[in-house]
Amino acid sequence: MVEHGDVRVVHKGGSKINFREPALSTDSRFLLCASGESVKVFSTATEECLHALQGHTDLITGVLLRPSNHLQAYSCSLDGTVRLWDFTDGILIRWAKSNRVNIWCCFIYVWTVHLHVCACTELFQLVAVHLPQCGEQLVEAKELSAVLSNISSNPAASAFGREVRIFRCLEVYFFKKHKSYSFFLKKDNQKGGKNTFTCITCHPTEDCIASGHEDGKIRLWRNFNHRKEYTYSTLHWHHSAVSSLSGTNLLSGGVESVLVQWRYNQESQRDFLPRLGGAITHISVSPDGALFCTSHSDNKITIIQSCVKVSAVIQGLVKGDRIRTDLMIEPRSKALVLNGKPGHLQFYSLQRDKLLYNLDIVQQEYIHESGLEQFEVVMAAFDASGSWLATVEERKQKAPELELNLKLWAFDDQKQSFVLNTTISAPHEGRITALCFPHVSDGQTTMLVSTSRDGHFKAWQLAAPAHTEDEGPSWSCDFLGAYHSLVPECCCFSADSSLLAVGFQEVVTVWTPASWELLTTLSQPPGAVRDLCFGRLSCSKYLLGATTSRLLCCWNLLTCSLEWVTSMDVSLLLADPLSENMAAFCFEAGSTDLFVFKPGEPRPLFSHKALCSGRVTHAVFVPREVMLESCDEASQWLNCSHLYFLTQSMDLLTFITKAEEDKLTASSKQLVVSDDVAMTPFHLLLGKHRDHSAGINEVGSLTLRLNRFHRPTCIFLCSMFVQSLLISKEEEMESEKEEEDSDGEMESRISRPEHMPSGESGCAAPALTKEEVRELRRLKKLDHSWMKGLLD
Amino acid sequence: MASYKPTNIPVYPKLGEKVTEETLYWKNYKTPIQIKEFGAVSNIHFSPVTPYNFAVTAFTRIHLYGLLSQEPVKTFTRFKDTAYCGRFRSDGQLLVAGCEDSVVRLFDVSGKVALRMFKGHTKAVHVTDFTSDRYQILTGSDDYTCCLWDIPNSAQLNTYQEHTDYIRCGVTSQLNRDLFVTGSYDHSLKVFDARVDKSVMTINHGHPVESLLLYPSEGLLVSAGGRYVRVWDLLKGGQPLVSLKNHHKTVTCLALSSNGQRLLSGSLDRHVKVYNTTSYKVVHNFDYPAAILSLALAPEDESIVVGMTNSILSIKHRKPSEEAKETAGHQRRRPSYRVYAHRKSYVPKQDDYLVSKPVRQHLAKYDKQLKKFNVSKALDTALETWIRGRKPEITVAVIRELDRRGTLKNALAGRDEQELSRLLSFLIANLVDARFAPVLITAAEMILDIYQSIIGQSPVVDKQLLHLQSLLERELDYQKDLLEVLGMLDTMFASSLPKIELPCSGISTSNGLPQGQSTDVIFPYNKMQSRVFE
Repeated sequence: MVEHGDVRVVHKGGSKINFREPALSTDSRFLLCASGESVKVFSTATEECLHALQGHTDLITGVLLRPSNHLQAYSCSLDGTVRLWDFTDGILIRWAKSNRVNIWCCFIYVWTVHLHVCACTELFQLVAVHLPQCGEQLVEAKELSAVLSNISSNPAASAFGREVRIFRCLEVYFFKKHKSYSFFLKKDNQKGGKNTFTCITCHPTEDCIASGHEDGKIRLWRNFNHRKEYTYSTLHWHHSAVSSLSGTNLLSGGVESVLVQWRYNQESQRDFLPRLGGAITHISVSPDGALFCTSHSDNKITIIQSCVKVSAVIQGLVKGDRIRTDLMIEPRSKALVLNGKPGHLQFYSLQRDKLLYNLDIVQQEYIHESGLEQFEVVMAAFDASGSWLATVEERKQKAPELELNLKLWAFDDQKQSFVLNTTISAPHEGRITALCFPHVSDGQTTMLVSTSRDGHFKAWQLAAPAHTEDEGPSWSCDFLGAYHSLVPECCCFSADSSLLAVGFQEVVTVWTPASWELLTTLSQPPGAVRDLCFGRLSCSKYLLGATTSRLLCCWNLLTCSLEWVTSMDVSLLLADPLSENMAAFCFEAGSTDLFVFKPGEPRPLFSHKALCSGRVTHAVFVPREVMLESCDEASQWLNCSHLYFLTQSMDLLTFITKAEEDKLTASSKQLVVSDDVAMTPFHLLLGKHRDHSAGINEVGSLTLRLNRFHRPTCIFLCSMFVQSLLISKEEEMESEKEEEDSDGEMESRISRPEHMPSGESGCAAPALTKEEVRELRRLKKLDHSWMKGLLD
Repeated sequence: MASYKPTNIPVYPKLGEKVTEETLYWKNYKTPIQIKEFGAVSNIHFSPVTPYNFAVTAFTRIHLYGLLSQEPVKTFTRFKDTAYCGRFRSDGQLLVAGCEDSVVRLFDVSGKVALRMFKGHTKAVHVTDFTSDRYQILTGSDDYTCCLWDIPNSAQLNTYQEHTDYIRCGVTSQLNRDLFVTGSYDHSLKVFDARVDKSVMTINHGHPVESLLLYPSEGLLVSAGGRYVRVWDLLKGGQPLVSLKNHHKTVTCLALSSNGQRLLSGSLDRHVKVYNTTSYKVVHNFDYPAAILSLALAPEDESIVVGMTNSILSIKHRKPSEEAKETAGHQRRRPSYRVYAHRKSYVPKQDDYLVSKPVRQHLAKYDKQLKKFNVSKALDTALETWIRGRKPEITVAVIRELDRRGTLKNALAGRDEQELSRLLSFLIANLVDARFAPVLITAAEMILDIYQSIIGQSPVVDKQLLHLQSLLERELDYQKDLLEVLGMLDTMFASSLPKIELPCSGISTSNGLPQGQSTDVIFPYNKMQSRVFE
């Protein structure tokens, strides 16, 4: 990213959580998944994200539990490092970096005995990395030994079993013997069979390998210790490629989004868990077998109890291949709304980086079959107060068979959700190109305008029921407008909703919605009008239009004349609802530039060259909860609203000011202190300890060199540590002596607590109970060696 | 795991009239009892006292019917010629009737012979009524006069000769014994006061007046004549209040519902219309087989009696109310209800742990098959006679769902003659329905594709295919005609619109759907037709 003044472009939320197979902790309480540049730790019970393990500088490509310690996990990343984390507390323990420069870790496996990590280089070699056991936090992995080369980059295509490692096209590599065998399937293409391997897994205890194939078959391989005498049996349920396999009881999943559990040795018995959501991409099983979890193509992780019952769903921001709807802000919850699962709209909270809910628009059973034309939500619009939502869904692109539905949803206060009010099937004969509500600030919205390829625009009116027995008001067509049988491409209401501008190819027509009269026409040939936008507040007399001939025009509606015109290829034009600012995303030489300007002023407020590569077609102004009062000229436009935009690679980006960033970091620091001060039960317990700090002040020195596996949270220790540093010199000496005494045998300490506190604080502190003493002892044992780094 | 989403059955707007409380109320009558009389039924009048017998004047007789009887309980036959306007006195003891022979006869409802004969008119007497003091009779005659008669001594009290044409209707006030209103073919209504010798008010109806009605409060007067029903405010000196033109032939009779909230009018156009008396909008409409001459409502709207020109008397009784049915059902269920009441009365305590029952999703039969991907079976269940006949939208929705899944061809293929003919008969019934056409045309094309080879093997299927072809031809002609009409309308609209300087085309405030549908429907039909010809 190019640094620009003090306004910076940052990633904001919505990273993929289904990129790699998630890992379940041994006690099934935690779920670790790679999410962009951090590893997220979720609670399996509450679906809540406990913390994110941050440190990698590139996409994380694998997360794995450390077999020798169930509280630690490895992660590897495209930045070429492998890191070891304590995931319960979110602490980085060690990290290893290869001495070779161009190494990418594609995925990671651990071979228990030797404690080394296998990572994949850019040449698709599997290399074994020996991690030297030393106290240093950063280790350089020197011993790199290539094991296999030319393996598939897909982690599903390789698996590690009890004593074997196997790879695609069934190459079985025996780790102990350092031998590899290859087995091939006959390419029987005459039956149309596509028996390419898609995924593979090993039975954790027995010598059995299961492989999934393109044609939906699963083959179980046995007796592969010999090159010739191997056998395999075939299971078939899936109708297309098997994408993941796992577990002692074989679990399989594919595009149909049905989790199939095959009983081991009784393969005819199967359990199904249908309708899980998107296509299953990964399946993982907790070490104790109590939980399964499946990752889905719609950025979702489902946690399933082994009795084949869904217990929790962790849903990330769904970013399909293409977002058909605009980015929108739901006026009530300020949630970001866009296409989600097929046929749904998702409501995504930007503040909490959490998916709030999915609204089922199509209300049809989704059939998981490739090549099937499904209903897609292509357009949606909210009215200003958030009480109405209009959606358009369409199926089949071809003109004669196009199926269109316009649905209007009313917000139900009781359900706190949108409820279907009116369905209009075939509202237009052609595809709908634009949809907009007027901005009525007070009272109810009763109008909607839609423009379509069939050359008409229609105004829909909320009409009271004709008969009192009908359920309630519903929408019906009020006006049908056309202009010289030109195709309308866009429409826009003015800020006070007294004018409607409809762009009919090269001509902009301005109508008054009150009487549906055509007031005036504006045009700036050549080039069809692609985007229309009215100015707000003091600039509401201006109408801006972007044309396909790389022009941005501004008309003054009072004089009905062109105010100014500038040459830029605007791909998206946006107005900030809370200020006069407009944002124009311009496509220039393969990348997108952003200009923020006021229609009435000649100089742009802000410009950012080369924002990202490709066109930006989706962006939104999100009103801030608290207005900023920055006077800096370059960041002033961010005072009222955030600007979010989606790049072509579906990254959600936003702008952040320096001041804000500073505040954020400050508040995260604040968090540590304030957490400590809060009047919690823990604080009371700690406070008591602090009173008798003599017993603890050796903690400071102790913590720095004890077992790193049983480390309490950083926050907990920090206060102790700081406290211990506050104690005067002689007291420290005294306690150190004491510690020397107690170092050998711990039992003596229990008898001592009576006289100890009286010796130091002087005040009549209550005697320590047995429990407290035990607690203290436990604390003493804790490892605080990591603090050394901080002290240095 | 999301549960299975059942097939979405689109709700189509109900065509035809909307179901309102009114229609429910007025529809809640049994099928009519029809009784053949000797001639056109000219008047029906309900006795004001129990058992609410009604007098039916038809040809030379007056029949008295009990409220629930299908045979006359009594007959008055002593008329020399056609009888008119048999009316009860307010105590239900006496009945008066006019006659073509100009004699007015007064009967005791228990006797047979006329108690009194009032002679004095020179032409047929079409109007008779008792005044509210019960001792006088009002008559109106074709000799343009109306008279008041004293019952005890059968003397003519007063004669009013103000109308200039036949007097065919009249009512007396129920609140004042001296007031009465008459309507005549001279287009006028006249309000008379017996205490003065002239009419006190004259109202011009504009058409020959056929029927009159006074509201119970007697502030409003309703007159029917020509195609119009007019309401007049008597308290404001006969100011017109509203004029209703809902019939397309002469309105012949009027009636008020028991609570005075609804006005009914019967007409020669064979309809009875029900108006709301506050908004004067038609809220319901009854159809009858012949021109209606007379109409009466039993107290509490228990029955509607209509007399027609084809001498048929039609009696509709109200169905027993729902509450009565419910209480009957209640008593039968009582024992088992008690058992359940006990269980239901248990209220969980505060620290009780509630185990919620997993809710089982109920799926329709076709959904169960769709869930299992049994496409042919799903189509079979959706084509069951009941669904096919009553709810074609379900069958169409299943076909659409199969099409969406890309398995419609599989579902349609492999059917025997019987199943295929069932499919075809469904297509024949619904293919031309604009709501279903897009879906069914694809299905029909697929059927033709699949079963092309077997055409000519089964007479049943061939016959149905021919039927389908003729249906399509007719539909094509029809659509063509519609398009022509649309074109004509467009030119008319274009010429009638005020000239606007701005060049905007095609403004229509109506819903644009019908235009659009008609055009896009016609092309597939064209294609289909050419295929069927093959």
